[in-house]
Amino acid sequence: MTERILLDPTNERAPARRNRAARPVSLDGKVIGLLDISKPRGDVFLGRLAEVLEARGHRVVRFRKPTYTKPAPPEVRRAVRDGCDVVVEGLAD
Amino acid sequence: MVAPAAASGLRDGLIAVVKRECPTCRLIVSVLGELRANGAPVAIFTQDDPEFPPGLSPIDDSALDASWSLGIETVPTLLRVEGQRVVARAEGWQRDAWERLSGVTGLGAGLPAHRPGCGSRTLEPALRDVLATRAVAAGDTELRARPITLGELEDPIEAAFARGWSDGLPVVPPTPARVLRMLEGSTRAPAEVVATVPPDYAECTVEKIAINAVMAGCLPEYLPVVIAAVEAACTDAFNIHGVLATTYFVGPMIVVNGPIAGAIGLNSGVNALGQGSRANATIGRALQLVIRNVGGGRPGEVDRATFGQPGKYTFCFAEDEAGSPWEPLSVERGVARGASAVTVFAAEGPRAVVDQRSRTAESLAGSYAACLRTVAHPKLVGGCDVVIVVSPEHGRVFRAAEWSKARLRDELVRRTTLPGAEIVQGAGDIAEGMPETFATGTWPKFAPENLLFVHAGGTAGMFSALIGGWIGRGGSRPVTWEVKS
Repeated sequence: MTERILLDPTNERAPARRNRAARPVSLDGKVIGLLDISKPRGDVFLGRLAEVLEARGHRVVRFRKPTYTKPAPPEVRRAVRDGCDVVVEGLAD
Repeated sequence: MVAPAAASGLRDGLIAVVKRECPTCRLIVSVLGELRANGAPVAIFTQDDPEFPPGLSPIDDSALDASWSLGIETVPTLLRVEGQRVVARAEGWQRDAWERLSGVTGLGAGLPAHRPGCGSRTLEPALRDVLATRAVAAGDTELRARPITLGELEDPIEAAFARGWSDGLPVVPPTPARVLRMLEGSTRAPAEVVATVPPDYAECTVEKIAINAVMAGCLPEYLPVVIAAVEAACTDAFNIHGVLATTYFVGPMIVVNGPIAGAIGLNSGVNALGQGSRANATIGRALQLVIRNVGGGRPGEVDRATFGQPGKYTFCFAEDEAGSPWEPLSVERGVARGASAVTVFAAEGPRAVVDQRSRTAESLAGSYAACLRTVAHPKLVGGCDVVIVVSPEHGRVFRAAEWSKARLRDELVRRTTLPGAEIVQGAGDIAEGMPETFATGTWPKFAPENLLFVHAGGTAGMFSALIGGWIGRGGSRPVTWEVKS
């Protein structure tokens, strides 16, 4: 049986297409998380980005997934969620 | 009943739908030839063999699109189309009906007057699911709910969690095929508005209830009970908005009476208030999913319960009427004997009454009264309903004593009438209690109509269960509602 189409069980007052979280208007005063997924040279890219951001006076926090082959473990997800306001992730090498 | 949306763009004249596998269809090939020979414009759709019937230029409907749109359940079916709409249909071979539809007389000389047909291929279970999905995608059904198309790699159960449709447990993905099957459990039209569900005050159709019943895990035959529970919960008297919004423990409990309870396998016996019965588990859950999804009632938003209670996932059981010393709850509350009904009740969790010693009704009533005093608080009186679930072993005591429900109710009201000096605020060095105006005289904790009795439970165990209601002083009253098919 195909399960690609589901019928909406709600009162349909919210749009079917969910909106992304609102983007901040400015990075002023925001803690910026940099998530390294352990792809080769991702740390180089994010390291340079950290230098640039810190030179502009932003606070930067670094996070790292143990391996890019698997989803982030819960403790990393929690640390990202609780530890910063915005996050930049280096996705590919 | 669900019919596909009326097929549009049909050419006026006759349509015959057949399949070669059907002996009746093979029998009436000559009749189709006679119709053509008499100049009747008949389009012949064939469900299996594109060459059948030979020589009559059949239209290949092996994909079953036409059969689905036309709502064919039997082959052969002869339809008459006027003004691009089907105005008459005959299922199977019936000479008089076929002659009436076609205006041609003397059809099928030598054939019997009647011959039943065979099932349409659209009703084959596996095909039906595929067709239902295709029809919903194409907008070609009576279903009106918004179709949500998942991503290629999205897990449907996780998708339901992500969209906030779940009560915390996995839900059955509400696919079009499952919803159509669910709707077959009721004769009511999918578009019928059954209730307005708070807190969003959204109109709730039979279809929306069916979708949530699918998610809860219901079988189609449970649907009439779920619909009745939604109707009852959304009355002013029950006030599901208040039940939802209160900080108190309560959630909607459903007691089912009448023949439908046994027919759908609702448990009224061993572990009646517990787990393990699909009907009990899923009917109560379906009501809560309707309140969540159609009503928009979610914990932390309008649901402000301090604790809630585990029965807010699901709380539904049947009365054991056959073993009861008394008339069923629904009959006492005005529903005809033999009719099926639900009673909804704003319930906290069950609390135990242990009495393994009483052999007289007076003694057992004394135990009930002592335990009843603790409902909400031993020093608070007035305005709280209680369902007393009487087990077979306790019911036996009242039967032997020939105590009616009314007698027991009067005894319990009397025995829970408390001296003001005991219940006033500060008495017993407890600040909680009734205001100073209650300091003298005696005060009944319950009015007679606050006490409801249901007979249920396993045959071993000299226990009963008290299920306290909402202390909201009439904020929610129990509502009994007849189940319609």
